[in-house]
Amino acid sequence: MLENAWLIPALPLAGFIIIFLFGRRLGEPRAGVLATLMTAGSFVVTVGVFFALLSRASEDRHHVVTLFTWLPVGSLHIDMAILIDPLSVTMALFITGIGALIHLYAIGYMHGDPKFSKFFLYLNLFIFSMLMLVLGENLLVTFLGWEGVGACSYFLISFWHTRDSAATAGKKAFVTNRVGDWGVMIAMFMAFSAVGTLSYSGINEAAESGQLAAVTATGIALMLFIGACGKSAQLPLYLWLPDAMEGPTPVSALIHAATMVTSGVFLMTRMNPVLHVSYHWVMTIIAVVGAATALFAATVAVAQTDIKKVLAYSTVSQLGFMFLAIGSGAYVAAIFHMVTHAFFKALLFLGSGAVIHGMHHQQDMRKMGALRKVMPITAMTFIVGWLAIAGVPPFAGFWSKDEILLYVYANNRGLYLVGVVTALLTAYYMTRQVIMVFYGEARWHDQSEEHGAHGDATPHESPWIMLAPLVVLSGLAIGGGLLQLPFSSKTHFLEHWLEPVIESGERNIDGTWASDNKYLLLLVAVVIACLGIAGAIAVYAKKKAPALEPAILANGWMYDSSVSRFMGGPGRTAFSGVARFDAGVVDGAVNGVARVVGSTSNALRKVQTGFVRFYAAILGLGVVMLLAWFLLRGVL
Amino acid sequence: MNLAVIEPTTSWYLVLAAVLFGIGTVGVMVRRNPLVMFMCIELMLNAVNLSFVALSASLSDINGQTAVFFVLVVAAAEVVVGLGIIVSIMRRRSDATADDLSVLKG
Amino acid sequence: MVLVGAVGVITRNNPVHAALSLVLTLFGIAVLFVANNAHFLAAVQVIVYAGAIVVLFLFVIMLLGVDQAEDLSTEPLTAQRPLALVVGIGVAGVIIAAIVKSQDALLVRGTGINSATLEDADANIRQLSRSIFSDYVFAFEVTSVLLLIAVVGTVVMSRRQRGQHVEESA
Repeated sequence: MLENAWLIPALPLAGFIIIFLFGRRLGEPRAGVLATLMTAGSFVVTVGVFFALLSRASEDRHHVVTLFTWLPVGSLHIDMAILIDPLSVTMALFITGIGALIHLYAIGYMHGDPKFSKFFLYLNLFIFSMLMLVLGENLLVTFLGWEGVGACSYFLISFWHTRDSAATAGKKAFVTNRVGDWGVMIAMFMAFSAVGTLSYSGINEAAESGQLAAVTATGIALMLFIGACGKSAQLPLYLWLPDAMEGPTPVSALIHAATMVTSGVFLMTRMNPVLHVSYHWVMTIIAVVGAATALFAATVAVAQTDIKKVLAYSTVSQLGFMFLAIGSGAYVAAIFHMVTHAFFKALLFLGSGAVIHGMHHQQDMRKMGALRKVMPITAMTFIVGWLAIAGVPPFAGFWSKDEILLYVYANNRGLYLVGVVTALLTAYYMTRQVIMVFYGEARWHDQSEEHGAHGDATPHESPWIMLAPLVVLSGLAIGGGLLQLPFSSKTHFLEHWLEPVIESGERNIDGTWASDNKYLLLLVAVVIACLGIAGAIAVYAKKKAPALEPAILANGWMYDSSVSRFMGGPGRTAFSGVARFDAGVVDGAVNGVARVVGSTSNALRKVQTGFVRFYAAILGLGVVMLLAWFLLRGVL
Repeated sequence: MNLAVIEPTTSWYLVLAAVLFGIGTVGVMVRRNPLVMFMCIELMLNAVNLSFVALSASLSDINGQTAVFFVLVVAAAEVVVGLGIIVSIMRRRSDATADDLSVLKG
Repeated sequence: MVLVGAVGVITRNNPVHAALSLVLTLFGIAVLFVANNAHFLAAVQVIVYAGAIVVLFLFVIMLLGVDQAEDLSTEPLTAQRPLALVVGIGVAGVIIAAIVKSQDALLVRGTGINSATLEDADANIRQLSRSIFSDYVFAFEVTSVLLLIAVVGTVVMSRRQRGQHVEESA
């Protein structure tokens, strides 16, 4: 079974190729069904691989399937190879599983869209790229997937490209990602020059055995972190994620909640031995950036009015949590939170998509309200997602968030405080969203009066094809916590499963105050969640206190606009300077060479007088010189 | 003075051939009338013939004279063809010179 | 005589005069051939070269009316004359230098052609013909073909195209 693991990325690739060739003929809904079947098939194979891996002993869970030799260039030897180990299988499971559910949902959501087949084309390509990213055996295959998901993200965000804002958002995403990609490339160069190979086993073994110097490891780790910041929307480079909501909701769910944005977290976890060997302040930087991002995004989410923007900032915030975990050495907790986040964030996004669909593409929450009466199932699943993200036990999000906070407390109490405040805010703004959308008075009557000409403008429930994935995901959001229960070492399923991957980097907190008092911290987490929920209910439902949504928060602390202003102003001047340098010096040098050649040949042209006698004279001169040379050399 | 004493050695003939060759070269380069240029080429050929014969006499080898025989034949053929070309060119303008054929001017 | 004729070729303005100077040179060469015991070649030289080729030259000159005197006082191409002088002297000089250098090898003037065994005056012919028709018979055949080709080619090349008005020259 393990040898057939190459099927996992191959199936979505096949889907992509088939739709590429026959998409128009397949049309709706067959293109969508095909794409869904391919992804589902990939999921089935992944499950098979999972069980095959499980049957092996823990140390033995490391299998490489080499497809072909990719780059045999001198000392650089890179294979197109797939690495099957606990981490990659975990990622592949939820990528293909949630991916299949989202494909199914999208068949309903994109119904009637003229570019239906193209949507699934890109979706399948995305699944393929993401799978190559996580299954790659070396940094270059991962980078292939990395770039692939960046490109697909661009395609899908600007899917409705006739909208200016969508096209711009796509470009912004791609360009911001590019900055991160630079970091990954530098890291790859450094790794190759230090270790001589790009394969994970090679690099990680070098790190573990001490061959990798701390300085080099630090450089590699920092560069990879820059790449992770770009892809996973951390503080300096998060700008693209809120704008990426211009894409259709299934895109937001798949790419910006469950999969692509988690690539950074995955990469950091994959390279944890390198992180472990680098200087300690690298981990501190990662943790601080994660915490700052989490808090920042949470504050902004409090003031958003677009239903998807709240979820976008929430994603940024949760990703910050994951990086906070990594920075504290809690890789298992980070992966755990990644998985549960995938479940409930995808659920929330798909739910919001159902709301938008039912509200005839109205996204402003101020025009919603009391929707639970018209869309009961959507409301129910959305509420499950809300409880999960707010951190209410026994839902999944509670366990994972608590695990992170546990490790953070053991690492740095200041950051723990930041994490706690963020958790409070998370509960607060999510509750606010639920109340504004599903409870309260129905504010959509005004809208339906305006749009009376459209006929039935009453919001309605979505078709089963969109509801079924919601139900499945809510089940996962409820039960996902079982992966890693903190009660005893025996219930640490995820930790045991991931052990061969993270053993060198994982921080051990046995014996710390946090570990001994984990039930106390558990209680604190529950209290925080309840406080947040209560606060939001007080403000928005009971109207006991005024709603605090200052404009500065709504504008994201003016960060985005200041970046745009900088790029447009001094940035643009700098860039045109660089462009001028390129045109003048670089191009000038190249063109200058051509010009010199031209003028030289122009000068030399004068030799060709065209007169035969002149040629004869030169011929004679040549003969004389030749003969004289022979004479002098003694040959004659 | 008894002129018979001054017996011309082979090198004298060779020197004469060399000078003749030089004169022919100068003539090719200086004259513009194509026919006269051709005649100068004939001069050069004759110089070569002379040197062949002189050396054939000094080395007692008949092959030198055979070579001259063939050179003569080929020279004749060459003159025929060359004059044909000149006739073709001169037909247009009777005062055409070698300098008018400057189409190859770069 | 040879040199006088050669200088005459290159310096006479009138092409007819140049042709006559050429005849002078050719006669001189023929005499020198005889002095080198190449009797047959001398005869051939006079008959073919001076008799046929120069006559051919004169025919062309007369028929085409190119007997205008060339103006040798001017030289349109700059540096041509000095260059020509340099080249001419250079060529002659180099060859003479080579000859001088190998003086010793040439000093002996053999009499091998006029072997003592042969008394006939046309021994030279016999030797020559023996050489041509045994060692170089292939070259001989090829040259005959060459002559044929030359004649045919020249006729093709310089015939008047159909319909072209035939110009009468004076």
